[in-house]
Amino acid sequence: MKEMMIILFSAILTENFILAKFMGICPFLGVSKKLDSAVGMSVAVTFVMAMATAVTWPIYTYLLVPNGLDYLQTVVFILVIAALVQLVEIILKKYVPALHKSLGIYLPLITTNCAVLGVTMLNISKELNFAESMVNAVGAGLGFLLAMVLFCGVRQRLEDIDTPECFKGIPITLIAASIVSVSFMGFGGLVEGLFK
Amino acid sequence: MGKRLKILTNGIIKENPVLVLLLGTCPTLATTSMAINGLGMGVAATVVLMCSNLAISLLKKIIPDKVRIPCYIVVIAGFVTVVQFLVKAFAQDLDKALGIFLPLIVVNCIILGRAEMFASKNGPVDSVLDGLGMGLGFTLALTLIGSVREILGAGTWMSGTPFMVDLTGILSTPMSIFTLAPGGFFVFGCMIALINKLTKGKAIKKKEFGCANCPNASSCGAAKGGC
Repeated sequence: MKEMMIILFSAILTENFILAKFMGICPFLGVSKKLDSAVGMSVAVTFVMAMATAVTWPIYTYLLVPNGLDYLQTVVFILVIAALVQLVEIILKKYVPALHKSLGIYLPLITTNCAVLGVTMLNISKELNFAESMVNAVGAGLGFLLAMVLFCGVRQRLEDIDTPECFKGIPITLIAASIVSVSFMGFGGLVEGLFK
Repeated sequence: MGKRLKILTNGIIKENPVLVLLLGTCPTLATTSMAINGLGMGVAATVVLMCSNLAISLLKKIIPDKVRIPCYIVVIAGFVTVVQFLVKAFAQDLDKALGIFLPLIVVNCIILGRAEMFASKNGPVDSVLDGLGMGLGFTLALTLIGSVREILGAGTWMSGTPFMVDLTGILSTPMSIFTLAPGGFFVFGCMIALINKLTKGKAIKKKEFGCANCPNASSCGAAKGGC
């Protein structure tokens, strides 16, 4: 249990996917302007991360490794994730239209989001077991949500300030992201300390 | 000949994928903590880009239009695996430094973007040149950002290579935050601001991040995959 908590909280705070690992920067900067779209995107990412891990981990462990095909990891994972996202979209559309309406528009965007492929690969390279992988995936998704929501608040303030002409738009957004990232560095060592 | 030269230089300056088109931000930020890592990442992506552009321009008549994006992804993933093995065999330090970002070249939107925008419409020679130009532009931008971060953050330049320059004597205290995550965002932001200033805001058409005016929008929407 202690190990699980450490994995969960390090994935959310100290090893935050966006602010410490630089994965999923495009949605982070692209969809963080409005709170509802930021939350929608993050929930969809969390959902897909968990689903992708639940599918790719067994495929890697029980199909690729026993047959000596682990070098096909990259090819297989990206195809599985792409197919999975399509499948999830179709199922949601048919059976849970309400959820499809709120998450549906974000699902296509995350097929090739590097955070999703990244989390499935990290689970393998860190040699986590199935339960740990799932916790790591959900933690990474929650960390994504946290960073998106916090940054959304920062960006709404950025709209009102008087920025130098050449810094307007993208540069100032990146610099604000840098400052939010500094604040996440403050979590270093916190998780290990909490569960000692 | 002039046309070919134009294709090659297009990616390096006029449509630099990182500094002008603002694509591939994830590897740009993640692998530039040191100049040599940026250079290595750039070279790896260039090789994949050239190979995938060549393969896709040769296969463009065979690939059915409806499933072209999954086909492109498989081609790209194949070449990424090849490059991954080459780096693992001949440059173990680089493999360690790039870590997960080496296989993540698959989802680098520059590569899929060029496949969709250029290789699927042009002949093999032009496509390879376009791949080389875009790859060089990517490499140049990454090395530049990596150099700034390494000089400010560690006080060295190209450490880990025979050409290492030690500047610790001149710069009294390196600010190690530049080699960490916040420095990446900061240096990249300042770099874009500098380009805005030098070109009076003309070079970078994209004023905000987002999918609306992303140059990759066509391949993204069709791909149902994004950057």
